[in-house]
Amino acid sequence: METFLNRYRSLTVLLLVIFAQLVLLAVQVKNDQDVRMIRIWTVTAVTPAARVVEWLRGGSIGIVRDYILLHDTHDQNRRLQSELDRLKLENIFLKNELNTADRAKALGVFQEHTPSKTLAANVIGTGAGANAKVVFVDRGSVSGVQRGMAVVTPDGIVGKVTAAYPTASEVLLITDSDFAAGVISQKNQVRGTLKGQGSPVCKVDYVPIGEKVAVGDWFYTSGDDRIFPRGFPVGIVKSVRDAQPFQEVYLEPSGLQRGLEDVLILTEGVHQAIPDQPVATQPVYIAPPLPAADQAAVQPTAGTEADKLRAQYKAIGDAQKHTFGEGPPGTKPPDFTKMGSPASPPPSVPGGPASAAPAPPQPQSAAPASPSVKPTPVKPPPPELPGAEHQHAE
Amino acid sequence: MSYTGGGRIVLNNQREAQISRFRTWVLLAVPLAAIFFQVYVPQFFHFLSYLELPLLVVVYFALMRRSQIQGLLIGALVGLAQDSLLGTKNPLGMFGIVKTLVGYFAASVSVRFDVDNVLVRLLLAFFFFVFHQFFYWVMARALLGQQIAFNLQQTLLIGLLNALVGISLFHFLDKLRETA
Repeated sequence: METFLNRYRSLTVLLLVIFAQLVLLAVQVKNDQDVRMIRIWTVTAVTPAARVVEWLRGGSIGIVRDYILLHDTHDQNRRLQSELDRLKLENIFLKNELNTADRAKALGVFQEHTPSKTLAANVIGTGAGANAKVVFVDRGSVSGVQRGMAVVTPDGIVGKVTAAYPTASEVLLITDSDFAAGVISQKNQVRGTLKGQGSPVCKVDYVPIGEKVAVGDWFYTSGDDRIFPRGFPVGIVKSVRDAQPFQEVYLEPSGLQRGLEDVLILTEGVHQAIPDQPVATQPVYIAPPLPAADQAAVQPTAGTEADKLRAQYKAIGDAQKHTFGEGPPGTKPPDFTKMGSPASPPPSVPGGPASAAPAPPQPQSAAPASPSVKPTPVKPPPPELPGAEHQHAE
Repeated sequence: MSYTGGGRIVLNNQREAQISRFRTWVLLAVPLAAIFFQVYVPQFFHFLSYLELPLLVVVYFALMRRSQIQGLLIGALVGLAQDSLLGTKNPLGMFGIVKTLVGYFAASVSVRFDVDNVLVRLLLAFFFFVFHQFFYWVMARALLGQQIAFNLQQTLLIGLLNALVGISLFHFLDKLRETA
């Protein structure tokens, strides 16, 4: 040691002098929190060593605890494993519950916004045949279900009721090879007949060569089959091929993409317009409604029939200097016999020209477009006509 | 004692390195005078505050004495004295540590170079000034957490001025060396 110090005497003295001055510096200086630097440096120098020692101590204790004291580890492991299995099952159950609640909410929103009368149903079974694309739902004739009624989800059409039993109904899915329905493309209003293929992909038949159909186009029900009301989403085109005598258009049904557990049976279908925009598949945030005060300030510019009628009555009242809502009961009302003809012609009939007015903004992405034309109920075909759905569809 | 006078820059071996001797009062008075100058004169001539006379004195004595221990001790003492005169807000030890290192390294290089050569003196004075400023800046940031700026361009310029002043100062201090 002495030899070492003699050999490196200069360096040793340098380190000592530097160290002494560092200590001097540390004693004087305080940091922002009024703590002396020597205290900070000491803690900073000591704590890593303490951490290492603590790590070694903890590791040693851990080794002793984990590898030496293994009295009840096996039992504990088995108990924890069983608890884990139970929690996994519970987790799956809760996820299913949550999923069901989400679907129910989506169905509820769809029911609120669609003009058609619907009946919610749960899928309770599938067809027994290997290739049969048939499911059973828990609503039957007792609930008002009839053969030929359309079955949909908020994402698109699902199938049609082929048999109505008292407490259940049989639904032929759109992927079944016997299924057919009239469809129309959103972009170029190309009409065709949707046919099941027995596979997840459906074919749009009878599309003449030359009609513009492209991959990514959306098809909607055309309403021609008198089973599905016009304007329900069917699916998105996945491939288009030229063939003789018609094009081969294959699409992926949108109504079956998220599984099939909860469906809606259209007990009274209402035609709707084909929306201008493609169906959004992602959920969209819906802002909360305006406060009452703001709502009063925001009045719709283009009103409904009721708004137009209201404006008409107001004009009559203004012409006769009558203010609605004022005066005691028994006050003479305005003379409504001087009311003119309706300001606007009656709306277009369902199934009319494809160039219907654009649909208004959608309140909920899962729901199809609201009709811009006056909804017209579509009665399902009478059940006593065998094979009626095929005749209408084809 | 003979002085080499400026022909060579690097010494062939350490035996050629001659140790200069100074009277005791010179070793005491010159650093004190330099510190006094540093503290007092800039009050009247602000531009002279850029002169780092204590540093030049440390460099000179470290180079001339060619002893690392003496060099670092001179540097430590001068630096601590300078710290003491900077006010109570300035902690003791900042200049002390920096000048200790300058004294040590100056003495270390003095055994390799002919420190009587003017060019060597100029370069060493310039280098140690920059080293001094840079190391002080590093310490101020690292030890004191002070966010002071380091202007390299200005430092190099002032370093050159100090080196030029240092040449004159060293020449003057050479007169105070003991002759053999």
